Amino acid sequence: MKRAMGYCLVTITSLFLLTSCNLVVFNPKGQVATDERDLIILATGLMLLVVVPVIVMMFVFAYRYRATNKKARYSPRWASSHKIEAVVWGVPLLIIIVLGWVTWETTHALDPYRPLESDTPPINVQVVATDWKWLFIYPDLGIASVNELALPVHTPVSFTVTSDAAMTSFFIPALGGQIYAMAGMQTKLHLIANETGEFRGIAANYNGPGFSDMHFTTLSLSTADFQTWVTKVKGAATSLDHSTYAQLAKPTLKHPVTYYSAVQERLFLDIVDKYEGMNKANKPRRSPLSDAAQRTDQHPSLLAEER
Amino acid sequence: MSNIVMEKDIAHTHEQGHEDAGSLSLFGFWIYLMTDCILFATLFAGYAVLRDSVAGGPSSMDIFELPYVLAETMLLLLSSITYGYAMLAMNHGKQRDVLRWLGLTFVLGAGFIAMEINEFHHLIAEGYGPDRSAFLTAFFTLVGTHGAHVLTGLIWMAVLMVQVKQRGLTSTNATRLSCLSLFWHFLDVVWICVFTVVYLLGVV
Amino acid sequence: MFGKLSWDAIPTTEPIVMYTLAIVGLMGVALVGSITWKRKWGYLWREWFTSVDHKKIGCMYIIVALVMLLRGFSDAIMMRTQQAMAASGGPGYLPPEHYDQIFTAHGVIMIFFMAMPFVVGLMNIVVPLQIGARDVAYPFLNALSFWLFVVGAALVNISLGVGEFARTGWVAYPPLSELGYSPGVGVDYYIWSLQISGIGTLLTGVNFFVTILKMRTEGMTLFKMPVFTWNALCTSVLILAAFPILTATLLMLTLDRYLGMHFFTNEAGGNPMMYVNLIWAWGHPEVYILILPAFGVFSEIAATFSSKRLFGYVSLVWATIAITVLSFIVWLHHFFTMGAGGNVNAFFGIMTMIIAVPTGVKIFTWLFTMYRGRVRFETPMLWTLGFIVTFSIGGMTGVLLAVPGADFLLHNSLFLIAHFHNVIIGGAVFGYMAGLTYWFPKAFGFRLNDKLGRIAFWCWLVGFYFAFMPSYVLGFMGMTRRLNHFDNPEWRPWLLLELVGVAIILCGVAAQALQLFVSIRNRHQYRDLTGDPWDGRTLEWATASPPPLYNFAEQPKVNDLDAYWGMKERGVSTLSHTDYRSIHMPRNTASGLVISLFALVCSFALVWHIWWMAAFGLVASVVAFVVRSYDEDTDYFVPAQEVARIETARLKDLAEA
Repeated sequence: MKRAMGYCLVTITSLFLLTSCNLVVFNPKGQVATDERDLIILATGLMLLVVVPVIVMMFVFAYRYRATNKKARYSPRWASSHKIEAVVWGVPLLIIIVLGWVTWETTHALDPYRPLESDTPPINVQVVATDWKWLFIYPDLGIASVNELALPVHTPVSFTVTSDAAMTSFFIPALGGQIYAMAGMQTKLHLIANETGEFRGIAANYNGPGFSDMHFTTLSLSTADFQTWVTKVKGAATSLDHSTYAQLAKPTLKHPVTYYSAVQERLFLDIVDKYEGMNKANKPRRSPLSDAAQRTDQHPSLLAEER
Repeated sequence: MSNIVMEKDIAHTHEQGHEDAGSLSLFGFWIYLMTDCILFATLFAGYAVLRDSVAGGPSSMDIFELPYVLAETMLLLLSSITYGYAMLAMNHGKQRDVLRWLGLTFVLGAGFIAMEINEFHHLIAEGYGPDRSAFLTAFFTLVGTHGAHVLTGLIWMAVLMVQVKQRGLTSTNATRLSCLSLFWHFLDVVWICVFTVVYLLGVV
Repeated sequence: MFGKLSWDAIPTTEPIVMYTLAIVGLMGVALVGSITWKRKWGYLWREWFTSVDHKKIGCMYIIVALVMLLRGFSDAIMMRTQQAMAASGGPGYLPPEHYDQIFTAHGVIMIFFMAMPFVVGLMNIVVPLQIGARDVAYPFLNALSFWLFVVGAALVNISLGVGEFARTGWVAYPPLSELGYSPGVGVDYYIWSLQISGIGTLLTGVNFFVTILKMRTEGMTLFKMPVFTWNALCTSVLILAAFPILTATLLMLTLDRYLGMHFFTNEAGGNPMMYVNLIWAWGHPEVYILILPAFGVFSEIAATFSSKRLFGYVSLVWATIAITVLSFIVWLHHFFTMGAGGNVNAFFGIMTMIIAVPTGVKIFTWLFTMYRGRVRFETPMLWTLGFIVTFSIGGMTGVLLAVPGADFLLHNSLFLIAHFHNVIIGGAVFGYMAGLTYWFPKAFGFRLNDKLGRIAFWCWLVGFYFAFMPSYVLGFMGMTRRLNHFDNPEWRPWLLLELVGVAIILCGVAAQALQLFVSIRNRHQYRDLTGDPWDGRTLEWATASPPPLYNFAEQPKVNDLDAYWGMKERGVSTLSHTDYRSIHMPRNTASGLVISLFALVCSFALVWHIWWMAAFGLVASVVAFVVRSYDEDTDYFVPAQEVARIETARLKDLAEA
């Protein structure tokens, strides 16, 4: 009875906390984040099955078998019991087996590299983390922006992420999990927004002095509003090519939102290719010193769609 | 708990759990060698990962000369044999023979180091130093770390030779010779792995 | 002439640092002054600095650990204060480049220079006594290990006043830690302090592995060893297998920084991901190195203060071995978000969860030790009870983070911070504090003041919850770690709550400092005459408090698990002898200190690129080692009549008690 009341109290308090504060993890705005949140709740629940009894047992045993309580049974030599051993090895093992199976399934289902199933065709965004701002290139739309990411709602987004500086992590908590941004590599993330709104995006891995200011705004817009945004960006004064990019890549703090009306072909891949990273030369056979030839026929699956 | 005047009583009282000091040292040294093994394993792993990262520079096929490396290997393997003879001599209590075999081992080991330094110098002079690419970094470090260990062994050997000359084949010196023996043969084994993984597999 | 070193290295433009240096300088002068005034330098040199006695070395480790705890905790206070102040967009009071050094130093100090020495110190004091041995297998190496560790700690402390510390986080991921992004000396201080103290730790691993396997007293088979010793053995295995990885990885980073190599650089084919893998292949076993001895402490305490045998001994030993082995195949859970793919992530996630099973078994073991026992709520037991609750919560959040899908949302957030502080403070630190209180009388011969100990415990416990439970909430609110300012006012109330928690812990630390002061002042009143103040079960309690330098006049013959309890039950006195023999003991030596001193010169010079000084330090170090090898006078015999005198005095104390 007391325990049931205790559980109620905990649930009510949690609900209160969850709804009163902006617990973004429990208030997801994207499908991926929703699935991840549900996973957190499930896993926690499974583990409470062990943790709560443990804590209760501790209080009960400590109280009941306190030295001043001469009424409690005292068995100083009793130190083994196969039944208890079976339970303390077996029950956690069972829970872990269940959780392990859940892990296997969800890890594959929530793999950031896995494209999302949807009737709407995905939009592609290339993300470059540079000191200390985020560059978003829309290769299919031929535009780019800094520190402002606009997405059409209910549309799967396929992010290809790299870094032109230190390692960091690309993260929009309201929409889903994060993925590291690393120089010379291309990582992928798939997200989808379930609601319109403005969400916070951040860098989630410390990468130097400008780290605390390396956040960006994510705008989840209706199709019409998204078109308006694209038009706005296309009307920007500058375009993004190698020289304007070189300017942009210089370290800056609190970089303001910037738009680029056009993007040079292959700019993203050129940024990736600046570093050898995963695109290393194949085991050389005949002409080992020719590097130019090596770069084009690398791991095609890793490269974003080329135009 | 202060130092008390020592007694000259060297009667070795065998107490519980108090192993013979020599075998204890040897066992401990084995354990240390196992940790050294893990250190090399880490460097091998690094080499495996970075082997193909040539950054437009030379790859393993371009820079390894097997005949040269074979000569180096022969020197090192021979030095293990000569050290083995030194240990045999030690077990027979023949101090002069120990010193001679150790001397020979030292020369062979120094020859190995000289050849390795020469190889490195040659590569660096051609612009293929460890700062050229990740592959070269990993190569120089793996082979160089082994070389540094051999060099340490040579210094140890020299000091030990002096100590054996000055004090004879005491039990302390015998223990130290045994530890160095373990070290020397271990480095030989590591070299075989280096030779195989780096040089042989690098040119096929 | 002096490389990169110049007067500019002293941060005169940073008032906070300058004030700190001034205060520390004054305290240092006061300390040195009082030692000189009381003419204690000779005593300190003879009895402590040149000692090879495991008990003395263990005490020194713990003393340094406590001092470094103060520094690490000050870092924590500064960070929490900054974050509480800077929550609404303001800059706070700490310049950002200073804050970034502080969070790096906080992690490095707490793990390497507070937790590790605490662990090694407790193992040093207790293990030889528990196995009935006279000392560890290699007493000189033991002393050398200690002084090498001191060199590492010294470097970190010197970096405060001369130069700067790393601004990379405590694991120093490249390419941020490479020359391109960290051109200053900070990362170099980091590298050399860790590398040198790491050598010390590795030697300790060898020492205890051999000691436990080869020097147990007659009758003590492996399965009659106390659980703390089992945990020390497993910890030694972890050290032996993991620390070489750290040595190699730091070597690679060093070569990148000093010789322009390309292990982990962005350009020329370097691979930062490889560093991440290697450093965590060391890093995960490292945290088990920190926790296993704490588990050992709790095992001893649970049994002693329940006046009952430890439940499920065999099961517990196998669980510990399982944890030791498993800890090497879980490292990827530190970077699920690096994009290794579903199969790899799932494998490591599942492996991580499997470790929760033997860990859970241990907790149940302690609970069932209390069951049908007579539980005495002495301070060590309070720490144990606090641990059981706190660590269970921390372990739970750990298993949660082990699910990759969940980790994607929580990686690098304050939730992660909360988890690892939960297990490190609630698990490891509580264990060390419990061990400190439990074995203090054995080490020094008098008990600690009880009331202040209880106050300290409650402050730590309550303070911990206030300081870290809000972090879980903040993690759920999307706050990431290592931010020095932000503009999210919703976070502020939670950060203020955490500041309150920090203040409460500060009270706990103050209580402990006061406890030490009061206990030392009242030491005659608190004297432990019997050597067995807690009614203990294992062999260390069979000796006087503090034990004589040789530990046991005659090494005991062991018949049971809980060897000493068995002896007490059978009424076997361990001291009724008339035939004392002379005892073979190692002699004190200054070699460890001298070798390490030159290592300090060498590493400091390397940090500042003073090549001639570095070469000198290295050569001198090696020469000192060779000189030591020439020393034939490394041991001696304690005369039988001296042994008799010491033992008779002990019998007298026992009679008085």
